[in-house]
Amino acid sequence: MQRMTFADAIIDGLCHALRSDDSVSLIGSALLGLGPHRRKVDRIKQQFPGRLLDGPTSEAALAGLGAGAAMAGGRPFVDLGTASFALLAMPQIVNEAAVAHSMSGGQITAPVVYHMLHGVRGGGGAQHSTSPQALFWNSPGLQIVLPASPRDAKGLIRHAFKTNSPTVILNHAKLMPIEEDVPTGDFDIPFGQADIKRAGRDITIVATSHLVQLALEAARTLSGSGIEVEVLDLRTLCPLDEDALLASVSRTGRLLVVDECPLRCGPASEIAATVAERAWSSLKQAPQRLTRADAPIPCSAVLEAALTPDAEKIVQRVMQMMR
Amino acid sequence: MTIPQLDATVRQRVFERMLLMRRLEEGVFELADRGAMVGHFHVYIGQEATGAAVLDAAGPDELLLTTHRNHGHLVGRGAEPRRLLAEFLGREGGLNRGRGGTLHATDRALGFLQTSAIVGGIVPLAIGAAYTLKNQNKAAAVIAFFGDGALEEGYVFEAFNIAALWKLPIVFVCENNSVGAVGQQGGGYNTSVSASTQFTAIPKVFGIETRVFLDGNDVDGIRHAASEALQRARQGLGPTFIETVTTRWPGSQPLWPELATGVTNLAVALGGARAEGEHADWIAHQDPVLRVARELLDQGVSAATLDALDAAIRQRISEAIDFALHSPDPQPATAADYLFAQGQ
Repeated sequence: MQRMTFADAIIDGLCHALRSDDSVSLIGSALLGLGPHRRKVDRIKQQFPGRLLDGPTSEAALAGLGAGAAMAGGRPFVDLGTASFALLAMPQIVNEAAVAHSMSGGQITAPVVYHMLHGVRGGGGAQHSTSPQALFWNSPGLQIVLPASPRDAKGLIRHAFKTNSPTVILNHAKLMPIEEDVPTGDFDIPFGQADIKRAGRDITIVATSHLVQLALEAARTLSGSGIEVEVLDLRTLCPLDEDALLASVSRTGRLLVVDECPLRCGPASEIAATVAERAWSSLKQAPQRLTRADAPIPCSAVLEAALTPDAEKIVQRVMQMMR
Repeated sequence: MTIPQLDATVRQRVFERMLLMRRLEEGVFELADRGAMVGHFHVYIGQEATGAAVLDAAGPDELLLTTHRNHGHLVGRGAEPRRLLAEFLGREGGLNRGRGGTLHATDRALGFLQTSAIVGGIVPLAIGAAYTLKNQNKAAAVIAFFGDGALEEGYVFEAFNIAALWKLPIVFVCENNSVGAVGQQGGGYNTSVSASTQFTAIPKVFGIETRVFLDGNDVDGIRHAASEALQRARQGLGPTFIETVTTRWPGSQPLWPELATGVTNLAVALGGARAEGEHADWIAHQDPVLRVARELLDQGVSAATLDALDAAIRQRISEAIDFALHSPDPQPATAADYLFAQGQ
């Protein structure tokens, strides 16, 4: 075990992948963003010279390059920067990478790993605060991964290189500095296995990515008022661990989904609908959603906060539900 | 620059690929006439010379990507006609087990990767495949077939830039079939809407080596250029862009082609028949298959040899049609198979 930040854990996972498989290559050295953690990428450059390339600002072509490289037998990891920029690459991710295996009747595999930084990061405004999970989830053929802790980041990234399908890893910019004890060796966390980050009897909060951390913060506050929250971290949206989701809700009888995607047609809606359909009889009340508002994120810190879920809003919503 | 003439053996091999492409497409029309084809389709008639010459220059380790107009490329590289036709009908016996159809037929065993119907979509994929070949230090290249319409898409420009920057082993083959615009007259649309009047100027901006063939039926020149380009790529000298200007075949409406020129009669080239009908002039002077047949006669190959070749190909296509029509539909329970690839 070693205490490490989320950013270090990403680099650690990538180093294991590079060491164990010659076909792994990385494209895009700004994968930790442009903040204080960006220099941690230097470790890869030093340990694996020539295995990390920077291309031009061409998200679509680099996404396609990753898919094509994977089809030919490579295992590329392509960083697309801020998730908003990944929308430029959607034709290649959705029309090419996601459908390759199915469309070819199983002849072609495209195990490319796409990486991007999603979420309301503080001052990002409308074009640097995007969470495009729903767009990817509506594109069959993509594995969608949202780590919420350093250990998960390392294990899930490592696992992406062992599957034979395209993967989209969305990391939240605000997770980069958080610390946790992480196994130093090579390990991976299989996709489709949700994790109970905190056990509780009264209500299930389902979340992914940074919202898991906010839910844990809210759960600590609520515990002081005698409300015991279970925080279920889905870790991957696709595949979705329905069993863990339904099992948790059937224990607590209450569901709140918190998410940073817009409300309509977002992951929170999908999860609430799944529970309503399949666990209706175990619910003590209607499932609820607490998400980002259906509006572009403004630059002003006050306006940004007004539209975005935080720990306090989660506490208030749970108090209402438990009243 | 004088280009050496292909010897008769090579030209006959190129011709065989061309004739196979033509007879396959005639088979497609036969299936369409029976109402068996699924959805719309795009045929390769009139463009055979480019594909056959390039494919003849390709080695067994080359990787290939093509578009919605893929039939000729696949069969010309050696894909089984019966598995191709079964695929066009969406049948279980098809190359893609009915998942791809005419738009996405592919044959991984022959080196084909994605066949994409998104205009220009394969170009970024193709540079990726070249990137992997380069990483693997393989003496092989990627061949990317696309039409002039691809040069209207932004990511194609991005891909040219990366291919040049990273000196990727790739040959871009742009089959410019916009000339003639017969489709436009017939109520369709002209596929090429570009301010550029010379497409090679686009890759040239990035320093990519280019070749243009205003006569897209010049199998000697195209095969030579493809050979040189593949050699350059394999030696690590970077990408080449080859444009061939193919005269648009008279039946080539963009989406719903008709066999306006009729079933090709080799006797028009070999002697004993005259080109007939509304498009007699195209048949007599432009049809690339008949032109190469005449070139073979000039090189001393006998008409009987070519007739025998044709008879064998026609027999093969006839059996392929039969196989395709008798191939079962896929099982509905397998509809979502291959969503994710298994294994590690």
